[in-house]
Amino acid sequence: MRVALFVTCINDLLQPRTGRAVVALLERLGVTVEFPEEQSCCGQPQFNTGYRQATEPLVRRFDRAFREHDYVVTPSGSCAAMVRDNYPRIGAKAAAEGRGRELSDAAALAVPKTYELTEFLVDVLKVEDVGAYYPHTVTYHPTCHGLRVLGLGDRPRRLLQHVKGLELRELPGAEECCGFGGTFAVKNAAVSAAMGADKVRHIVSTGAEAVCTVDNSCLLHIGGTLTRQGSTVRPVHIAEILASTEGSVL
Amino acid sequence: MSGTYLGMPAFPRAADVSTRDTQLRANLTHATHTIRDKRAKAVAELDDWDQLRAAGAAVKDRVLRRLDHYLEQLEAAVTAAGGQVHWAADAEEANRIVTALVRETGEREVVKVKSMATQEIGLNQALEDAGIRAYETDLAELIVQLGDDLPSHILVPAIHRNRAEIRDIFRREMGRWGRPAPEGLSDSPAELAEAARLHLREKFLSAKVGISGANFMVAETGTLVVVESEGNGRMCLTLPETLISVVGIEKVVPTWQDLEIFLQLLPRSSTAERMNPYTSTWTGTTDGDGPRTFHLVLLDNGRTDTLADTVGRQALRCIRCSACLNVCPVYERAGGHAYGSPYPGPIGAILTPQLRGIQGPLEASLPYASSLCGACYEVCPVAIDIPEVLVHLRERVVEGGPVTRGGTRTVVKPAKGHAAERAAMRAAAWTFDHPGVLRRGMRLAARTRRLHPRRLPGPGRAWSRTRALPTVPAESFRDWWRRTRGESPSGPTGKRGAGE
Repeated sequence: MRVALFVTCINDLLQPRTGRAVVALLERLGVTVEFPEEQSCCGQPQFNTGYRQATEPLVRRFDRAFREHDYVVTPSGSCAAMVRDNYPRIGAKAAAEGRGRELSDAAALAVPKTYELTEFLVDVLKVEDVGAYYPHTVTYHPTCHGLRVLGLGDRPRRLLQHVKGLELRELPGAEECCGFGGTFAVKNAAVSAAMGADKVRHIVSTGAEAVCTVDNSCLLHIGGTLTRQGSTVRPVHIAEILASTEGSVL
Repeated sequence: MSGTYLGMPAFPRAADVSTRDTQLRANLTHATHTIRDKRAKAVAELDDWDQLRAAGAAVKDRVLRRLDHYLEQLEAAVTAAGGQVHWAADAEEANRIVTALVRETGEREVVKVKSMATQEIGLNQALEDAGIRAYETDLAELIVQLGDDLPSHILVPAIHRNRAEIRDIFRREMGRWGRPAPEGLSDSPAELAEAARLHLREKFLSAKVGISGANFMVAETGTLVVVESEGNGRMCLTLPETLISVVGIEKVVPTWQDLEIFLQLLPRSSTAERMNPYTSTWTGTTDGDGPRTFHLVLLDNGRTDTLADTVGRQALRCIRCSACLNVCPVYERAGGHAYGSPYPGPIGAILTPQLRGIQGPLEASLPYASSLCGACYEVCPVAIDIPEVLVHLRERVVEGGPVTRGGTRTVVKPAKGHAAERAAMRAAAWTFDHPGVLRRGMRLAARTRRLHPRRLPGPGRAWSRTRALPTVPAESFRDWWRRTRGESPSGPTGKRGAGE
């Protein structure tokens, strides 16, 4: 079983500790992780803003980077959803525009092997107790693409519930969008900020020390809003919690 | 507000103002959360909801594939039952037809059932220009009309008004339109409803012409269907001598058996009821019962053009339930007026730019009025993948491309104002496709991280006004991997040896 990490561009540049946590976690669970350096961005920012054709080279690149692997694991519900939901659309449109089947073939290869991290743990490795230790109160925000596109369901919560020392606090209005939405955060800044303010109010109301998601992109928005409001609640990716052990709390 | 959607600003500009209206935010949050919770319960009662939803989508898709056939079948059935069918290519033609039909009766007043289609074409204004007064009889539409306002929700057009505002509007305006509000009217719902009832009863009893829309049209028998809660619709459909119904061409369903699916889907999705209080059906005219004359005006107004788009056409499945509005976090904060059309919320964001085209600043901004959270798709009773259509339309806005307008295939130019973004997005995609450049860029970002500003200029200011900027760590993931795991071996997949 050859497993590749698709770290995502945001994590690569801004949150490398999440990538390191995935490596530590998977290796602890006996998985050999590879990092094909040819990988870059899934193309979601371009695609979701309307620049579909600019996304096509990145679909090809994804295909080349991970062609040899059986599993591609990514610590992002949103980027996994981009591959699973939109790569087939990009392929189908290119074919309909008379540009051949190359992209739809690439999508057909990419879709079944791409897993968001918690899916990979629960569905492929069949593990819910990953042996983690995290002595903090945490609230979990299910991010939209993980929740509604991937259908992660309670997988992240089941993993968190098995973490020693962790106390999970219920988040009111958990399933409501935080307001990030990629370029939406800038194009509709007033609405995005209003959504972010409500999300942060709910997070703070739980009294948790940390807010956890499967997506660092949403956490940039949530964390940035928390910081600007002077809150001490820490944004933390679920991989970092699951990678923590009694020997090393990340 | 002055009763028109013309010249409305782009969505972000309107939302910039409306999100600061704390009263509006509170009203909308309360109302949408109440109804979304009730809807979830009503839907959860049925264990075959997913099958119903799939059936609803399938019937609508079947109709859309053979729309010409079902419309002609409907026309023949309506005509055979004593009705007259008129075809309107656009709003102007529909208004001209209806105005002429009212004039033929010699009447100067009409009563109206709540109707999205007549809002869409601006019929009330057209009638007023012809010296004909149209009275809205749905309670919320009455509030909107008396307040010289625009509807902000499909199901609850006056959702942006609270009880005290409604009392003030009734006291101030009812006398100008007919029977004045009772002395000492309070803001209790019962008193407000009674005031409306007394005011409207006069209209029902005197009006000789009624104007309606329809939720459905059954092709096999030529039957029109209106579902409603208040009973005002039943009054308008039965008391006047002449009934004129203006209906979008996509509202046809093949058979009564198909209708049964939608009579389950609509009330639960819309008002969270198992069954709506009033379901009125009528087929042409009947001697001694109801209107003597019945006219059906079939409205296109951009629907055929929408149908030509293989991705966007799913918007024509919509049964106007408003479930997508009630779960939408953007609608909840921005309010309905920001969408600049009778179709607010997620469905409006995909319908309006298709019906009107994307060249105007409002229409071009609507596909972006969403965080793509997907809550709308999840609740849609006919499974319209609204996020998919939004992204599809965004492409049309920034890149232009082939569309059908007025029945003719053409290529539209991108909407104005996206040149800088297009250059930036293409440059970003190019960089991500050149890992050497990407790695050098990341290293530069890491090395200069102490110099990064705390707040961004230009378009980035919209981010940093309310959100701190992330700090760039000293080492990217790929540099950490290379440093700790060694240089990747050559080869397209970047394979690594088994040992570490």
